[in-house]
Amino acid sequence: MALTESRPLELTTGVDATEDQPLGAFTRPRGVTGWRSWLTTVDHKKIGIMYGATAMTFFAIGGLEALLIRTQLMQPNGQVLSEEAYNQAFTMHGTTMVFLVIMPMLAAFANYLIPIMIGARDVAFPRLNALSYWIFLMGAIVLYASFFLGGAPDGGWFGYVPNTSITFSPGRNIDFWIFGLQITGIASTVGAINLIVTCLNLRAPGMTLMRMPIFVWMSMIAQFLLLFAMPIITVALFLLMFDRQFGANFFNPQAGGDPVLWQHLFWLFGHPEVYILILPAMGIVSEILPVFSRKPLFGYPVMVFSGIAIGFMGWGVWAHHMFAVGLGPVAVSAFSISTMFIAVPTGVKIFNWIGTMWGGSLRLNTPALFAIGFIAMFTIGGLSGVTHSLSPHDRQQTDTYYVVAHFHYVLFGGSMFGLMGGFYYWWPKVFGYLLSDKLGKWNFWLWFVGFNLAFGPMHLLGLQGMPRRIYTYDESLGLTALNTLSTVGAFIIAIATALFLVNVVVSRRHRPATMAADPWDGRSLEWSIPSPTPHYNFLEVPVVHSVDDFWHRKYTEDEHGRLVKIPPMQAEAIAEARADEDHAADHGHGIHLPSQSFYPFVTSLGLPVIAFGMIYQAYVVAVIGAFILIGGLYAWTLEPSFEPPPPPDPLDDEHAQGDMALVGASNPAIAATETPALPAAGRSSAATDGQGA
Amino acid sequence: MSVTETPADQGTAAAPIDRAPHAETGPAAGHATSTGLSNEKLAMWVFLGSECLLFGGLISTFLLLRSREIEGQRGPDVSELYDIPFTSVSSFVLLMSSLTMVLALAAIQRGDQQRLRAWLVTTALLGSTFVAGQVYEFTAFVREGLGFTTNLQSSAFFVLTGFHGVHVTIGIIMLMSLFVMSLRGSLTRQRSETVEIAGLYWHFVDVVWIIIFTVVYLIR
Repeated sequence: MALTESRPLELTTGVDATEDQPLGAFTRPRGVTGWRSWLTTVDHKKIGIMYGATAMTFFAIGGLEALLIRTQLMQPNGQVLSEEAYNQAFTMHGTTMVFLVIMPMLAAFANYLIPIMIGARDVAFPRLNALSYWIFLMGAIVLYASFFLGGAPDGGWFGYVPNTSITFSPGRNIDFWIFGLQITGIASTVGAINLIVTCLNLRAPGMTLMRMPIFVWMSMIAQFLLLFAMPIITVALFLLMFDRQFGANFFNPQAGGDPVLWQHLFWLFGHPEVYILILPAMGIVSEILPVFSRKPLFGYPVMVFSGIAIGFMGWGVWAHHMFAVGLGPVAVSAFSISTMFIAVPTGVKIFNWIGTMWGGSLRLNTPALFAIGFIAMFTIGGLSGVTHSLSPHDRQQTDTYYVVAHFHYVLFGGSMFGLMGGFYYWWPKVFGYLLSDKLGKWNFWLWFVGFNLAFGPMHLLGLQGMPRRIYTYDESLGLTALNTLSTVGAFIIAIATALFLVNVVVSRRHRPATMAADPWDGRSLEWSIPSPTPHYNFLEVPVVHSVDDFWHRKYTEDEHGRLVKIPPMQAEAIAEARADEDHAADHGHGIHLPSQSFYPFVTSLGLPVIAFGMIYQAYVVAVIGAFILIGGLYAWTLEPSFEPPPPPDPLDDEHAQGDMALVGASNPAIAATETPALPAAGRSSAATDGQGA
Repeated sequence: MSVTETPADQGTAAAPIDRAPHAETGPAAGHATSTGLSNEKLAMWVFLGSECLLFGGLISTFLLLRSREIEGQRGPDVSELYDIPFTSVSSFVLLMSSLTMVLALAAIQRGDQQRLRAWLVTTALLGSTFVAGQVYEFTAFVREGLGFTTNLQSSAFFVLTGFHGVHVTIGIIMLMSLFVMSLRGSLTRQRSETVEIAGLYWHFVDVVWIIIFTVVYLIR
């Protein structure tokens, strides 16, 4: 019942689809293969893959920066990086890992999985989805262009003023940071709107909110957090831009401005951001554990509500990042208490995961290992987080390596472990082959050991007083041994990550001719459709009766409450009844997928032009960028979102023709009237298509 | 190209029949959405939620910086320069534009293209009057010696009201786009929701102005 099927999906200013031909400079792109198909795609699956690939690339780059940092710190008085280069390395490492790695990776999972988990054929706004990706990429390019244009940002990932003010950072480094983040912020906001509407509006019949897979729930909460957090950093970055470029004094204490205002604005964004990064990873783990324990998720509603509670409380704890600033005892106490409280729903989740595994028949495949690793590492990170809520303790830890250890346990031990488990778990659904479990286990254990070697010693370093962001230390301080250990750990992580890429290549070489739809004996809807996902997702949109609907199509309970497979005969009857029901619910509407478009890409090109115009104060260039942006948007709205394909070219590849046949497959009679422009070939093949009946 | 027009024609003809009645017949209905709200309208509501935080951040910044006592502050306090009667009139003009926006929506829901265009243009003109008033106010301030960077208050004031002015301007562009669509005959009665969604944005911008006018101009 996906709304995406036959109704046009223009923006609010969209011209009716009855309009004459688009005023485009481009002919409508149609290819399903080749670079053009990636440039113009509006398919949530391709966009998801692009997000993932881009994020992986930046993971390698950000990792390289981390290795530079660790190499510099391996020995006292390191000579690898200058102070200036060191500042750039840690700033870009942090910014990259948060904004260009974990966020887009979560976007990749959300984009790919949400529609196929809720029984939709695409997201609510496919072209906006493409726009989000391209805008994100443009933001990343602006950020990284700084390396070639006079130096990367060097103000730390949270860019504290007055260090980032024009007085203390007169170069353009910080300007690249401002505009890069501003642009990726637009991408996040657009993506959040799109995915929220998708979750709320495109659910399959019968999929009430409390029947949504837990990953969809956690992603939706994260998208709401993004929606409300992004405008706050937008304001902060605008104010900083006005300070730096137009001589305002918002954050300049000499003119009465308030540097603490920056900290409030940044962390009011920054703390929800932490939950944006962790909640979807929690969702991934909550999907993996039930499958590999062969038990339903323990306390599904409690998991949902604790996720919502984290989302709400995440807005009331930001000032624990600022205990050392001098907020006064009342504020410090209040934020201490709220920080302690937020550990409660998080703890609830941890016990629910343990409850899920308890008494289950555990299979320790790679995804399960990563999920269990997530729980262990995240618990450590969570506990060191609670120690920050004790403000006297926090004053000792602020700006030491203890904090560095804490957030790496949360973001690497948490988010990245969850994401990696997700890669192993859903890889067959996305690419049609399983990743090798043997290499996967090597990958996991190397990651696990390397991670703990790299970040475990940082707790001790921090407690011994090693400040973060120092580019070198003296031998007499006695910090050498732990730092060396940490560096060794970092290189083990690098080897483990390389092993993942090796696994991808090797497993691809040994991939089977066909991939089972349901290799893990899964529970949610995405396992009911072929692997890799066909580009229309669901031939017929399923009708959902319960949480883990797909599981209940396969298993039932005997009189002793034991799990038994539904007998084949009965299963067939059920499958048939379900198919009839699905078919009736689908009303036999043909599958209409939105057409490809150049305009999301073209529109996104305007933003970096504006950014460079502003950074170099060449306002004419910025105006040109604005015209590209506006022109792209108008051309976009004048272009109908769905155009029937032209008559098939006999030279087209078989893939395209096969899919075209499916357009009329669900009900030949109705499809014939609904899609009059379809080629006759498509309809006649539908009549012979057994699945249509 | 008749080939491309046919399915689209059907799309528009089918939309109201498909959407409204089925929304009430439960989840099994054809192209109804899960919530019953159309994707576009829901998206606009969600977007406006995000906008609340944008203006929330800007208003907080203004309030914080206004309350500061700064020794040797350059230039006058921004509150000394307010022309309350003038701004009241321009606020009234903006509020009236919400009324005409409602009338425009009512017109297209009746299928009355003539009145739709008349009210759209009226709304856009009232919005432009407001923006013109803001431009006049800004130039008056600058003439009185209060530029963007003169002091903290002035920076915060110009950023906050400037952001609002930009929002109104974008609204005017949206209204004029609707007007052109109506002239070209593509804004049919079935697509009245497009006007409704633009209206949501417009009303939001008005409501924000009520808050700004109260907090910035009236309460000191």
